[in-house]
Order: sequence, then structure tokens, then C-alpha cells
Amino acid sequence: MAKKEYAFYPGCSSQKGASASNYLTSVNAMCKTLDVKMTEIPDWNCCSASIGYAEGGELPRHVLNARNFALAEKHLPGQDIVATCAACWLGARESKERLEHSSVLLQDTQEALNEAGLNIRAIPEVRHMVEVLIEDLGWDALSAPVKKPLEGLKFAGYVGCQTNRPFGIVGENFENPMYLDKLIETVGGEAVPYDQKVTCCGGALAFSEPDKAQAQIKDIVESAYDHGAEMIVTPCPLCQANVEIYQGHVNKKYGTKFHIPVLYYSQLMTVAYGGSAKEAGLDGQVIKAPKLEAIAGKK
Amino acid sequence: MSAEKKVAAYICKGCGLGERLDADALVNVAQKEGKVQLARSHDLLCSAEGVDLIKNDVANEGVTHIMIGACSRRAKTEAFYFPQNAVARANLREGVIWIRPDTEEARETTQEMAEDYIRMGCAEVKAMSAPAGNPNTGSARTLLVVGGGVSGMTAALEASRTGYPVVLVEKSGQLGGWAAKLWKRIPVHEPFKAPAGTGVADLVAQIQADPNIKVYLNATVTKTDGAPGRFEVQIATESGSVATEDIGAIIQATGSEPYDANKLPELGYGKSPDVVDQAGLEALARAANGGPILKPSDGKPVRSVAFVQCAGQRDADGQHLPYCSGYCCNASIKQAMYFKDGNPDIDTTILFTDLRTPGNGEDFYRSAQEKGVIFSKGKVASVSPGAGALTVNFHDLILDDKDAKLEVDLVVLATGQVPNSGVDIEALSKPPVEGEGGEATVEAKPISILNLQYRQGPDVPQLKWGFTDSHFICFPYETRRTGIYTVGPVRRPMDMAQAREDATGATLKAIQAIENAQLGRAAHPRSGDLSFPKVRLEGCTQCKRCTVECPFGAIDEDEKRFPLFNESRCRRCGTCMGACPVRVISFENYSVDTVGSQIKAVDIPDEFSEKPRILILACENDAYPALDMAGMQHNEYSAFVRIVPIRCLGSVNTIWITDALNAGYDGVMLMGCKHGENYQCHFVKGSELGRYRLSKIDDTLKNLNLETDRVRDLEVAITDIEHVPAMINQYAERIVEMGMSPFKSF
Amino acid sequence: MSANAQMVAKYKNNFLKEVQEQVEMGEWVKMCMQCGVCSGSCPTNFHPGWEHPPQEIFMMIRAGKREEVLTSPSMWMCTSCYNCIVRCPRKLPITHIMHGLANYAHRLGMAPKMQPTRHFAKLFWNNCVKTGRVNELKLSMGLYFKDGFGQGIKNGMAMKDVALGLLKAKRLNPFEMLGGHKCKDQNGIHAMLKKARELEEKRKAIKAAA
Ligand code: SF4
Ligand code: SF4
Ligand code: SF4
Ligand code: SF4
Ligand code: SF4
Repeated sequence: MAKKEYAFYPGCSSQKGASASNYLTSVNAMCKTLDVKMTEIPDWNCCSASIGYAEGGELPRHVLNARNFALAEKHLPGQDIVATCAACWLGARESKERLEHSSVLLQDTQEALNEAGLNIRAIPEVRHMVEVLIEDLGWDALSAPVKKPLEGLKFAGYVGCQTNRPFGIVGENFENPMYLDKLIETVGGEAVPYDQKVTCCGGALAFSEPDKAQAQIKDIVESAYDHGAEMIVTPCPLCQANVEIYQGHVNKKYGTKFHIPVLYYSQLMTVAYGGSAKEAGLDGQVIKAPKLEAIAGKK
Repeated sequence: MSAEKKVAAYICKGCGLGERLDADALVNVAQKEGKVQLARSHDLLCSAEGVDLIKNDVANEGVTHIMIGACSRRAKTEAFYFPQNAVARANLREGVIWIRPDTEEARETTQEMAEDYIRMGCAEVKAMSAPAGNPNTGSARTLLVVGGGVSGMTAALEASRTGYPVVLVEKSGQLGGWAAKLWKRIPVHEPFKAPAGTGVADLVAQIQADPNIKVYLNATVTKTDGAPGRFEVQIATESGSVATEDIGAIIQATGSEPYDANKLPELGYGKSPDVVDQAGLEALARAANGGPILKPSDGKPVRSVAFVQCAGQRDADGQHLPYCSGYCCNASIKQAMYFKDGNPDIDTTILFTDLRTPGNGEDFYRSAQEKGVIFSKGKVASVSPGAGALTVNFHDLILDDKDAKLEVDLVVLATGQVPNSGVDIEALSKPPVEGEGGEATVEAKPISILNLQYRQGPDVPQLKWGFTDSHFICFPYETRRTGIYTVGPVRRPMDMAQAREDATGATLKAIQAIENAQLGRAAHPRSGDLSFPKVRLEGCTQCKRCTVECPFGAIDEDEKRFPLFNESRCRRCGTCMGACPVRVISFENYSVDTVGSQIKAVDIPDEFSEKPRILILACENDAYPALDMAGMQHNEYSAFVRIVPIRCLGSVNTIWITDALNAGYDGVMLMGCKHGENYQCHFVKGSELGRYRLSKIDDTLKNLNLETDRVRDLEVAITDIEHVPAMINQYAERIVEMGMSPFKSF
Repeated sequence: MSANAQMVAKYKNNFLKEVQEQVEMGEWVKMCMQCGVCSGSCPTNFHPGWEHPPQEIFMMIRAGKREEVLTSPSMWMCTSCYNCIVRCPRKLPITHIMHGLANYAHRLGMAPKMQPTRHFAKLFWNNCVKTGRVNELKLSMGLYFKDGFGQGIKNGMAMKDVALGLLKAKRLNPFEMLGGHKCKDQNGIHAMLKKARELEEKRKAIKAAA
């Protein structure tokens, strides 16, 4: 099979020493196994996330994303842009849609890009990593390299918002998307049904309005726990961080005793494909995942 | 046909009957106990060969009465069609083998069931004769349309195009009704974005150009006598001339009036000329003729307007109309566009509690939003006229602001429709209630529209709030007067598009009624039935039960006060037969005797057999098909039941039940349609009347010293395919619990 | 004349029109049919503190409640969960309208001054455009110190456990404070954004003057 090549847009949170650095580690390992080549877009910049609206306004937001489009097109022609972060994907895709929809916006964007010596001709496709896995590789290719099925482990697939709404993965239902459960099952785990699969983790409000976000987080963790999950799995760095690192605060506030590891799908896949704990970025867990580490450690 | 009665029984062995049942034994039962002169079995009775066998016996053996033991009477009706003969069907397939388990233990009771049905079929057919059809037919083919609005004109044109002459009677001096007073109508074509031309002028022109349609203007119907196919209708015009027309069927399209806005002073009507109802706004728009709409008070252009939805409608306090007229939300949207389309700067606000835009109204609603019409969810408390402007005081339901206010130049009240249905004949027959006189006497007595010379009253019966009764759930065009159809807003509130559809559908039903009447056959729901009620007047006691109860007003009284049946008005429900205390009413193929003899034919095992017998009288419109379908699904039920189909619960004569109990049946189940509000009875009132009659059975049971649970009444819908078998089994268990009837040994 | 006064003068009492013309996706507000599905879907509506769910905001706009809407903290509570967007039977881009309203209120200087999300949004943007990439540490510090130095220390202490956890997991780098990740072509980015701002201002001025 010919190697698949993509223009990689890792996003701020995946950088070294940032909150989702372990995501990137595991994605690299996973892609290596699956023979997917990801070339970082040279000098990519922040997407401004969904919170950028207030100060940024409309055009500057799109211009930021357009810069990444232009760079990808220039240096990695013909390749789809792939984001691992749900917010990056959503922000970039939204900009692509708006720019393609409005000639005025596109014209202004070009003018601004010129200031940085760039321009765009055609905007590349903007994909999420999960789309690449499901649509370009397919379920068979994802299950083929499984060496250590995660048998007997129960996961709550926490899809959250931004890979699910407003765009979502093709063929999925907003209220009950199944792709994450399927990924879990593909690597041999059990996906428990629970009712907070697409609940919002509070997003940026985790910083600015912690009480509100933590109430959301509590509902999510509680439901996963009540339905027998041992670990939570997500495709989104913000979901991962919010649901993992605030469990202590939630416990304090609600008198609960949650201590559930929250992982990325790519970490599960890396372990199942025979990768080490380090390759899977398991050392990056604030709440450690000993059961997964044990499997990774097995010969 | 020879006068000699010769009965033959045919047992089918197809469809698994041969394997599951002992056909020879069945033949034997038919001969020995059913006492038929001829009994045969056949491997596949509905095949050409099987049918020929029967035909041959009719032609060469002089067979007059045929008993077929095979599938349900509802199956293979074309193969087993012998119009010259009396035919009974024993339901061995859907009614026996399909509802019983195919096991060795079950074989005996299953065979017993089949044998009973053979006995019953033989007894029934012997009590029948082949229906000959109603000789008292009429041949008038003209359709009378009362009302010259959109509904009436549509009906007239549809009938004329189908080849039936029409007489159209309109009480005013011109055609068009309310629609002629509109500036524009709610759109009925893509893209549903703007008000459209009413098309009324075109309809009027088509009517005028149609030589097949005779129009009487300024005219009313002063007398309607006769029956479908032979109505004699007197039409009086304002000038005093009176004409008589021979009419086959009637369409009543008398429409509605707007609810009287004078009853809404709190909404400012009558207090300021700038508060109008929807009809008032149409008049203003017509006067403006495309220019700016002017305020009635000072003739200045309207700059802001508020629409008050549900004015005097959906009122829970009993002061105003309790119902939703269904069209007025769309009408207000349309009227708001009169303003916005002319000048987008005019503020138009629609104040609603729920916006109801049926049909393609959703697109129309969206279009209004795009045009900038403001929709606010709020309940209007009052409209107060002030200097120069009106203040609308409302409760903003989204922001829960009880003192929300809006200042506008003009207020439009969406007041809804009140039907023009003539006299409420049921109120006529009720004595006036004392103390309640005040309100009622102020209301002008409604004037009859059809002036029917029927014993039960001069107009079509009403359902509720003055709308005519029309079997609204299943057969919306059918009134309770055969051959008379009500269409448009007299039947239920509706808009023009719905009224046109209504008129088209009802016209086709009217045409069917004309044709059926001509052939002496029944109309809906026993369409094509040739039987009709016959009365042995020698035995009649003139109790009037039949004349009062007939749900269709088919029975008048002759000069000697005996019941006078108008066969063409009759729907063949049998309610009169069930009601008659001396049992002198019968049909050729359905009578107290055809059912009674079936009940008596069943073999009742003795007290110690542990085999109870339960009689089920099942309505043929819903319950019997449900039971058949239960059979098709192989939903099993008790082998102790014996089911007799009946035309309607209304046709059940209490003698059947007393006879059954006396004969030692352990229980009787009655299965009929839902009655009362949201009734589903095909004969509208039949199941209600039947149930009322049967409610008296408790006394009989007490006299016989029997538990009241020995008779059970069950409401069954055609969809109860799983429910009915379960209810049967439950009842069978209950019977076992109660123990066997003490009447067995007698 | 302040931007706000200019708009008040321009639109007089027609706030709906103002929103339609000045707010991103504001032209959709009139299409709401008041079904309330968005309110029932909005996570922030389930917790105390949220004043008006989208349905109410839209109704207030139609009712001309300009001051109340623009000074409301409600739009700032939006978590961008997009629940409302996918469920609205009228397909209103509710999330974007909420963002648009927040941005508009912010631009006019009407948004509540100390609204934490407003503050955070501002920090975030400045943080990300400075180097082209977000510096998570500086971002958090900025947030903690919003209410002054003393409060900042307190806030920081409250978050100590979280920070320590991340630190141990190597997902927080204290040296970010000194510089951290950045884009190479920062000058290009700044120039480009400056241009974008200019263009946007120009378009808005045209709209405001029209
Ligand atoms: S159609 Fe609309 S205005 Fe008319 S009664 Fe119904 S809800 Fe009220
Ligand atoms: S009660 Fe039924 S069967 Fe009897 S006359 Fe009336 S419609 Fe006919
Ligand atoms: S119900 Fe029977 S007895 Fe009474 S009037 Fe009618 S036919 Fe005569
Ligand atoms: S869901 Fe859409 S239509 Fe319904 S209230 Fe919210 S914005 Fe309006
Ligand atoms: S996107 Fe914002 S407004 Fe919409 S439901 Fe989520 S938090 Fe509420």
C-alpha cells in the first residue's frame, strides 16, 4: 500500500511541554505503525480556537487559519491538512467554509495574507485524524496491526463536542456517534454505553468559569463511572485535559472519589499495536493508567 | 328460483385444513346435525374446480343455500360470490386452525371448534334468504349544492366535469362567499412565499359558463323530502318564486361566519375604529387596492400594526370559542405581508401563544420572518385606545414580562370561524333546561338550511360546537344523513385549500351515493349491500324505538304512526333490529334468527366436561377483522370461544344474550368500536346505542342469579391484533375461576 | 462620538436591525421561531449564573432591549459546544450569533468589564497572536492575576495541585514563562493581522455609515 501523506497541523496544545504533548507522542507512534506520513506544516500558527472571537473578530480569525492553508499549499501541495486537536480542526474547517462561501471575505483575506508574503489559490481539505483513520485507512487496516488486544478493559468513549458538532464525522449521529466506541472495540476493548457521551466538558469555561465547567465534568465522569467504565477515552485535547485534571477539584467540591484515567484513542491504539508505555505517552497521564501500562509492559 | 329450499355444505381441505381437521367428520356433522341435503369436501375449494363444483350443484342439483366451511368470510370473496344464493361461511382457517396450536393435545378441542362452526354455519344459512335489493330506488342524478362559496363552487364544478348535472343554491346575490371578500389568499403553490390571487373570479366565471350547472341566487332550500336518488327539493328565491328539483344527492357547503368581534370589547373592538377583525382588514386592503393601507379613524397610512392571534378562540373559560380555527395564523401572516410587501418600514408584529401553520404554512411563516415580520410569543390581555395610537398590553411569555406593551396604529384580531350548520337537532329534541334560559334565549334561533322532512329533524346532526358530524376520524365526508355530505368549514374549521380538497372528495362520495341508490344498494360502509331492513308491521307495537334510534334518520312514520323505512337512506347497520323489543325488523341475510340459530346450534358440553363455552359477538368492521388478522399472525386464543360476526354493536338484540345464558354458555363477550368522543364506530352512534341497551343486561343477570362478569363488553379497534387474543384468554381464565354456568343441565 | 453612541443614533430604537447589520450572523435572529430547543440544549443553562439562554436573547433583540442584551454576561457563558446549532429546527447558527453578539458588545465597550470569559478571551487572543502560538503558562498566569496580585497568588494556589500534576506529567513547562514556543515569521503574522483588522474596521465603518 502506498504511504499516505498529510500536511500535519498539530496545534498549540500538542507542542512539547504543553497540555496535550502526550497526544502527539502517541499519534506519532500510531502513524508509524499504520504507515501514515505526517509532515508538519512549516511555521504553522494558532487557530485562535473557539474563544478567539471576542477580541479577534471575524476577519483576523479567518486570516490566521488562512495562513496555515497557504503554508500547507505552498510547502505540501496536494496534501490534505490533518489536525489532531478537535478545536483546530473545527476552527480551520469553519474558516475554510466561510472563505469558500464569501468572495468578499476571501478577497480581504488575500489582501491580509499578502502582508506576510503569502496567498491562497485553493484551500486544502481540512481533516481530523479520526477521519483519516476511518475514511482513508478503514476499519480493517486499523485492526490488522493489533498485537495486544485490550481485552477485558472497559472504556467510556467520550466524544464531547467538537469532533461531533457542528460538522461531525460523516455518517454519524450528533446525539449518539459510534465511531469512538468502534475504535475501542477495534483494539479489543469494551465500550460501555453511558449517557454523557456528547456532553460538553465546559471548554474554555474551565479556565474562566470553573464552577460551571466542573459541574459538567462531574456529570461526565460520574456517568462513565456508574456505567462501569475503568477509563475514559477521547479524541479532543481540551476534553482530555478538563476531564482529567479537574477530577481533584470535583472530588473536593462534590465529595466524590473519582480517579479515572482519561486517555486519547491514539494511546489505546499504540498500546494495542505493541508500543511501549513511553511511545503511547502514558507517562504523560496526570491520573496514571496502570492497567494500560501493564499491557504495554507485557512482552 | 325454485321455491324449494335446498341447502348444501362444502368443506375445504386446502390451506392446511385437511391436515389439521378431520374433514370427513365435518361433512358428517353437516349432514347429521346441520341437516343439509348435500355435503361435500374438496381439496381446494376456492380453485376454479372447487367453485365449479358449487356452481354445478346450484345449476343441476337445485341448491339454493350454500354453506362454505373454509376461510373467513372476509377472504376469497370473489371466488365465493354467489349473488343468487344465500351464503354462509364457517371460518375454519383464520378462526380455528390458525389460532390453535398444531399439537396432539390441542387436536380434540380444535376439531370441536370446527364442528361447532359447521353447525353454526348450517343453522345460519337456513335462516337466510338471498337479498333481492331495494325495489324502492330513485333515478335522479342531479347533485344539489347548497352554498356558493369556494367549497360549493368547487363541488359543483367537480360534479359537472364528472358528468352529473348540478343545481347550486346561494343565499346571497352573488357567488364567491367569504373568499370573494378577500384581497389575497394564502399561497397554495411553490414557493409559498407571498400572498396569491384568490382565484374566485375565475371559479365564478367557470360556473357561469357551465351549462350543466343551474345557479339559484338569493335563494334558500325550503323543503327537502325523499331519500338519495329521489330527493325532492323546494327552492325559494327572494322574489317569491318557488322551484322544485329532483335531486340524487346533496352537498352542503354552507361555510362559516367570523366569530363576532363585538364580544371582545377588552381587545378594543368597537371602542376604536382602528381595531378590526381579519375580515375588516381584508376590506381595508381591498379599499387600498395595492396602495398603502389606511387607518379607518383618520385615513392616514398605517405605520405599525399588531395582530392578536386566537382572539376569542382556544378559550378555556367557556366564554368564547373553545377551539382553534386552524387557518387564522396563516391568515395573519398573509395580512402582515400586505403591509411589509408594500413598505418594509411598517412595523408588523404578530402576537401569538402558539403559531399553527399547517400544510405549507411553515414556508410561508419563514418567508414572513425573512420579510421582517416580528413574531412575539405573548398573550394579549387588552388593547387600550389612546390619543393617536393603540396600546396592546400583553404578557411576554418568553421573557415572562407581564406588563409588556406595544404601541401601534392598527390592531387586527384573528377571530376564527363559526359554522353555518343550521339547526342543532339534538338540542331541539332536548327539553330546555331550567335556569339556563338567560344566555340561550338571547341567541337568535338558527334557521334550518336543508329543511329535511325527516322525523329526526330538519338538518344534519352536529358533532360539537356546531360543526356537522362527519365521522371525522375514518370517513370525514360521511355525515349521518345518507346521500348528504357537508364540506368546507361547516364540517370543521379550515382554509380555502383544505375546503377545495374537501369539496372534491365529498363530491365523489356523493356521486357514489347517487349510483348506489339507483341500484338499490347500500352506501358506505356496507357499500354494495343489497339487503335492507324489512318490518313485519303486524307485530309492531309502535314503540318508536327504531325511529328514534336509527343513527341515520332513515325511518319516518306513516300516517298511522307505523315506522316507514326509507331504504335508500338506510346504511344497513341493524340498529333498528337490535332496538326492536318485539323483534319484527330483519334483513334477508341478517336477522334475530340468523344469529339466534347460530347461538343455539353450538354443542354445549355438560357441567363436568371442564370445557366452558364463551359466545363472542364481534363487530364486523373492526373486531372481526382484528380477530382474522390475529389468526394470520397465529396469535393463539382459547378454543372455548365461538365467534359470531355482527354488523354493529347497535344491532345486538338482548334476546341473543339471554338465550345464550339460558342455553348454558358460561360467558358472553361483546366486541365493538369506541364510542363517545373520538368515536370510531362505522355507524357513528351504533356502538353507543348498543352499549346503552346492553347496560341494562345486569338486571337480567341478577334475575338469573348470575355473576355480572358473565357478560363482558370490550372496545376493540382494528389494530388490536395482539390485544384481542390476550383479552379473550384472560376472560377464559376468569370464566374458569367463576366456574361453569349452572344453566347447563336445563 | 463613541462607537456605541454612533450606533444608538443610527438605529434609534430598531435594535433588531442593528443586530442584523452589525453582528456576525445577526441576520439570522429574525428567523428564530421561539421553540426553545436551544435553551433546552445549552449546558450553561443547567447551572446557576446564566441569565438568558439563546431563545431569550433573540426575543429580547426583537423586543428592542438593547442595553439589557449588550450588557448581559449570557453570551460570554457559551462554551461553543454547538449543541444548539445542530438541534435548532430553524437551523440558526446560534453559537456564531452568540459569539457575534459578544464580540459586538465587546467592541462597543458595553460588555461587562469583569466578566471572566471576556477577560480570558482577550488574554487568549493576545497571547496567541503575540508569537503565533499559545503559551499555556502565561495564559493561565494572566487569568489568575486578573483581579490583582494578591488574588492572583490565591488563584494560583488554588490551582497548585492541577499545575503540579501537569508539571509531573511534563505537560506544563515552567520555562515557557521565559519564551517558549513561537512562530518564526512573527513579523509577517503581525503585519497580516494588522491588515486584517484594518480591513475589518473599514468594512464595519462602511456598514455603520450606510
Ligand atoms: S390558527 Fe392560530 S390564531 Fe387561529 S386559533 Fe389556531 S392558533 Fe389561534
Ligand atoms: S337503524 Fe340502521 S339498519 Fe335500521 S333503518 Fe337505520 S340505518 Fe337502516
Ligand atoms: S322498534 Fe319495532 S315495535 Fe318499535 S316501532 Fe320499530 S318496528 Fe315497531
Ligand atoms: S432552537 Fe432555534 S428556533 Fe428554537 S428557540 Fe432556539 S434559535 Fe429559536
Ligand atoms: S454553543 Fe453556546 S449557546 Fe449553544 S448550546 Fe453550547 S453553550 Fe449554549
